[in-house]
Amino acid sequence: MAEENNDNQTNDRRNFLRAGLFLGGSAVAGTILSNTLSASEETSGEKVKVMTAEGQLVEVDRSKIKIATDTLSALANNDERKGIPGKKWVMVIDLSRCKNARKCQSACNKAHALTGPNQWLKVYEMQDNEESSPYWMPKPCLHCDNPPCTKVCPVDATFKREDGIVAIDNERCIGCRFCMAACPYSTRVFNWEEPKQPIHIATGEHTCATSQPRKKGVVEKCDFCPHMLEQGKLPHCVTACPNGVFFMGDENEDTVTNGSETFALSQLLRDKAGYRYMEDLGTKPRVYYLPPVDRLFPFTKEDKEKTEE
Amino acid sequence: MNNSEAEKTALQMKKLKEDMLPKKFSLSGKIWVGVLSLIFVTGLYYYFFRQLREGLIITSMRDYVSWGIYISNFVFFVAISLVGSLISAILKLSNAHWQTPLTRIAEVIAVAGITFAGIIIIVDMGRPERFWHLFVYGRIQSPIIWDVIVITTYLVVSMLLLYIPMIPDIAICRDATPAENKWLKKFYTFLAIGWQGTKEQYKIIENSVKILAVVVIPLAFSIHTVTSWLFATTARPGWDSTNLGAYFISGAFVVGAASVICAMYILREHYKLEKYITLKHFDYMGRLLVLLLLLYLYFNINEYFVPGFKMKKVDADHLNELLTGSYAPLFWSVQIIGMIIPLIVMLFNSGRKPLVMFVLGVMVVVGAWFKRFLIVIPTMMHPYLPMQDVPVEYTHYFPTWPEWSITAASLAGVLLVITFFVRYFPIIPIWETAKEHGIHPEEIK
Repeated sequence: MAEENNDNQTNDRRNFLRAGLFLGGSAVAGTILSNTLSASEETSGEKVKVMTAEGQLVEVDRSKIKIATDTLSALANNDERKGIPGKKWVMVIDLSRCKNARKCQSACNKAHALTGPNQWLKVYEMQDNEESSPYWMPKPCLHCDNPPCTKVCPVDATFKREDGIVAIDNERCIGCRFCMAACPYSTRVFNWEEPKQPIHIATGEHTCATSQPRKKGVVEKCDFCPHMLEQGKLPHCVTACPNGVFFMGDENEDTVTNGSETFALSQLLRDKAGYRYMEDLGTKPRVYYLPPVDRLFPFTKEDKEKTEE
Repeated sequence: MNNSEAEKTALQMKKLKEDMLPKKFSLSGKIWVGVLSLIFVTGLYYYFFRQLREGLIITSMRDYVSWGIYISNFVFFVAISLVGSLISAILKLSNAHWQTPLTRIAEVIAVAGITFAGIIIIVDMGRPERFWHLFVYGRIQSPIIWDVIVITTYLVVSMLLLYIPMIPDIAICRDATPAENKWLKKFYTFLAIGWQGTKEQYKIIENSVKILAVVVIPLAFSIHTVTSWLFATTARPGWDSTNLGAYFISGAFVVGAASVICAMYILREHYKLEKYITLKHFDYMGRLLVLLLLLYLYFNINEYFVPGFKMKKVDADHLNELLTGSYAPLFWSVQIIGMIIPLIVMLFNSGRKPLVMFVLGVMVVVGAWFKRFLIVIPTMMHPYLPMQDVPVEYTHYFPTWPEWSITAASLAGVLLVITFFVRYFPIIPIWETAKEHGIHPEEIK
């Protein structure tokens, strides 16, 4: 069995390491791997225990192991539209942990040089009905698998990448704003005037992977930080949150992490009754929410007032 | 044919030409052109010197209401242009005959309307200098590309429908223009493309107009259906409706017919055309408008009653705001003044007299403009997620002065196109009228 799946598992593991998602076992495997840099074609007969992405401990022949590098080359221009190979990015937002600290928002604004009202990540005060308690709901772009926005774009300026990300090429966007009308989540924002941004960004080279430099008269939105994911790092909102509300991961690996805790995606969604916002619209978002039950913090508006001051 | 008969025909032709050949602007005409030009130039200033430099920030549009009066005005222009197909194709193919003096009025409204629909959509773009992206990166899956295709096709076919039946009249203008008026003579000679008035030439015109009339009907339905799909293909309350295409088309015929009625009245009074645009024409146009209004009323009931009966949460928020909330005064004014009152008044014989019809026509046209506003803007004020975490000016929409000015300029532009058309071309088809007076085609000179 180990022999059969060898290729797959090596591939999985490589991706696994790239994203920087180490589980306990891989550290052990890592030391052994470093000794097997020059793997020969022949079977050595020596078995090595390694852990798969699913968390299963398996034995493989030492000669079959290839070392995985954790550096990725920057995406070439053509690849910006394809995305990071082999990945299916997914986010989980645990509403039971959010206290409206808004560190996600400020980190996002800082990282993308967002000024004024153009915030890619918003935090809503939600209340499903009069009887139930209100809760805070952070909302990035939901990166739908059936995105209403890319369907209506007349020039393919916004598009779905193979790694699940819905991106925008602001060098191509004509500013018709049909995507804004089509998005049911009010995710997209428009540069109604010349965006204020540092000069080195404004004059820098354009890439869809960073959505920079920002442009006047075009649509922009949360891009899931492909420039971070590319380097195996987590998006800014995930790392900035003091309460670990945001989990990011690869659906192919079935793992999500907020930097300090890591879960198997499928099990987390099963155990915590994860849902997608407005599932009935059929947009198939890549962002899951965990319902605001057993909360870490009571709902209070003080937090909001504090941030507004 | 004896001499006296030939003389009589020549005399008749002379009278027709006297009445219908284009005339220089009178004083009131000059004032009219002056005012329109002023409005037009002001709008040009705001567009080129403010909006292009500063961006759409000079409008009141923001992330929630990301489509404003530019788009509702676009829908209005597309709607008004449908009348070309109604008068010069649908009525023609049904052998109505009475509409002959009105075909050119309808067709020039269609051409002017659809031209400015295209212009105003470029005005609405955040990046108009990237317009060419539509042709190099165009995605055939996007309703905007469908709209670009059908609107340009409709523009071409409408221009042909305006131009081809006008060739004999241009030839009459050419022959009536004195030689010292060099440029005008050249202009008519060029456009008349060597018209001689032979039997074969008339045959060609008749055949091509017949083909164009058949082609233009599905095109007209397409332009407005596709325009309705810009809204209906989204999942938003008020737009997410299978009724929208039919609703838009019925509304378009209403505003188009009403605009023809307004134009008929003004041209008739100004150029003393009572003999050609008769009481009968007003009567028939009135009856036609009643029929169209009834159809429109039917689709209105479908559009508001059905979701109003169910009151799904998101539809309920939208409908409450529209029917009883802050948009209610505008909504009920538009429905009552722009639809119900004209419908009732025109049911009576005395309601189909020229002046009454003109007033009702203006009511319908103005109502129709604001109706497009009510179709586009309130829906954008009702997103699924609450409006939070945005500056307060994002949560309401009232157009800014530059936005009004640019929009007014587009309306003035349409009127200027029509005005200058009337200045240089006979607005009532001379040769077709002559033919109806029993004058032989080869004698029409």
